[in-house]
Amino acid sequence: MRFHYDTSYHDGQTLLRYPVGRIAYAALLLALLVVPWVLPKYYVGEMSYVFIMCIASLGLMTLVGYTGQVSLGHSAFIAIGAYTETWMLSQGVPFGPSLLIAACLSGVIGLVIGLPAIRVSGLYLAMVTLAFAILTEHTIGHWKGVTGGFNGLSVGNPVLAGFDLGGLKPFYYLCLGVLVLVLAGLLNLMRSKTGRAFMGVRDSEAAAYSLGIWVAGYKVLAFVISAMVTGLAGALLAHHVRFLTPEGFGLILSLELVLMVTIGGLGSLRGAILGAVLISMLPTFISRIKPMLPEHISKQFGLEIFVFGLVLALFVLFEPKGLNGRWIKFRTFLQTFPLYRKDMFKRGKSYMKSERYK
Amino acid sequence: MSQELAQIAQLAINGMAIGAIYALVALGLVLTYKATEVLNFAHGDVLMASSFVGWGLIVGLGWPFWLAALTTVALAAIFSWFVDARVMRQIVGQPQFAGVMLTIAIAFMLRGLVSMSFGPESRNYPTPWSGQKTEIAGVVIADLSLVIIAAALLITLVLFWFLKKTALGVAIQAASQNQLAAYLSGIRVKRVTSLVWGISGAIAAVCGLLLAPIALVDIGLWIVVLKALAAVVLGGFGSVPGAILGGLLLGVIEQFAGVYLPDGFKDAMAYLVLIGVLILWPRGLLGEAHGRRV
Repeated sequence: MRFHYDTSYHDGQTLLRYPVGRIAYAALLLALLVVPWVLPKYYVGEMSYVFIMCIASLGLMTLVGYTGQVSLGHSAFIAIGAYTETWMLSQGVPFGPSLLIAACLSGVIGLVIGLPAIRVSGLYLAMVTLAFAILTEHTIGHWKGVTGGFNGLSVGNPVLAGFDLGGLKPFYYLCLGVLVLVLAGLLNLMRSKTGRAFMGVRDSEAAAYSLGIWVAGYKVLAFVISAMVTGLAGALLAHHVRFLTPEGFGLILSLELVLMVTIGGLGSLRGAILGAVLISMLPTFISRIKPMLPEHISKQFGLEIFVFGLVLALFVLFEPKGLNGRWIKFRTFLQTFPLYRKDMFKRGKSYMKSERYK
Repeated sequence: MSQELAQIAQLAINGMAIGAIYALVALGLVLTYKATEVLNFAHGDVLMASSFVGWGLIVGLGWPFWLAALTTVALAAIFSWFVDARVMRQIVGQPQFAGVMLTIAIAFMLRGLVSMSFGPESRNYPTPWSGQKTEIAGVVIADLSLVIIAAALLITLVLFWFLKKTALGVAIQAASQNQLAAYLSGIRVKRVTSLVWGISGAIAAVCGLLLAPIALVDIGLWIVVLKALAAVVLGGFGSVPGAILGGLLLGVIEQFAGVYLPDGFKDAMAYLVLIGVLILWPRGLLGEAHGRRV
């Protein structure tokens, strides 16, 4: 059993409080740095994709997990990021600034979509964002001058200071670097005044409001930050897929992102990463086990989406806290080793907060 | 009648036919929402799955149309009943988001199952009204459109009569308004909510069977649930007459947008309406006043 016993302010401020955690995360980072030299090429590309999805999932988690605003339309921000990046590169903007512009433009659109969030909440917001994602896909399909329409658009190579980052290994390190930066930024943001305000808005708008938190402002701010991070992921995704078509940014991508944060466990950045890793690896995993299945199942389409649905349903029904909740239970089991009891994390009885107006 | 007027009448009728489908799908959504406060994203997939089952029975097994239609509707009703009684009930008391995610999960599984068992190709089946036309006052209308409008009207009327006049219908209304009070007056709330889900599933199946001959039997049919969402919002969230009115209006708006607005607006119209109404006029046409208790 571990007891918090702080002897200086520094103890309370460090991200990783204990040597075990520091060693574990350093080892993880080291392993990730070595990976491209060990794994076969195909998997290095896959890992870059996983990192990009982690960034997008972190972006969505900021909104859904920390401010409690459900967005079913984050594929739109990925699309905006990807197309802005591609267009900027084709206009001769160098790679670094183009990433920033893509993120910022996505953030501006996030501001525009976030403003209604003051007026509509809950299911209504989910519907607005859903409609926005579909409209964005339509717009991309019909705005041929910039996006190439349904014919698609090929993406320029990312060249930073004369060094081509488009290769497999450089791109892997680029994605890893951006992911670490975003993660560190969000981790610190959530510990700051802003992050606390986000959580306050999530847990009770009325309570937050009466404590002097500017609820509307923080809601919109969460939208902007979330859109920026997701747009950044979109810009990187453009370089990963190398050829953009509107179909690549459809509703299913939005739902996949929501799946990631739900399965990962709402309200935790670790959950966002775990969920993103699981969901973006799942298609590869399914195509691996397909040969082992009977032919009439493996030959058919639709197995993938069925497994997605099944995994989501199982998590919602049996582990609403997601992978992060599982991980915390496991960690507690190790830390309290002989003393772990099954009902340590037993869910209390909860009653539905009805939105009916009586 | 002048050419222009005839065209407008034609568009209005076509819009009403497709709008009647939206209205029925929206009706199913509102019924389950009122009964369990769950926005059923799987509704469109029940619709899609029943059109595939209908195809399987009519073309695959060679059953007569009416028998196949009745079987399909019954199957969809039983399926929806079990979704509520066995699955959705597990998460009662959790935040609304859990309900949304669970229905999305069910939707994914249904979509996967249908495309695994039937394959992804589009197909069609014959109905007693396929390919026939009627001319009314110079406007040519496909019989199928008339049947759709008639069916929508019939279902709405029967449902209204059922909800207003029968004891069970009143029980459903009571359970939708206040579950605890309904339970205390002796209504079996669990069974009643499952029944509402069953009715909603049956309506979805009727929509699927009617929509398939116009739009082909296809996995993409589920998208109609998004259009229906727009209809629900336009009519005022949680209002049954509003859902019907919103659906019909949306169908007409779409048809006119297809002709009078630039290319691409027809498909996007529903979503523009949804966003516009929610932001500018969240009450919708017939909605109750919004308010939230602290």
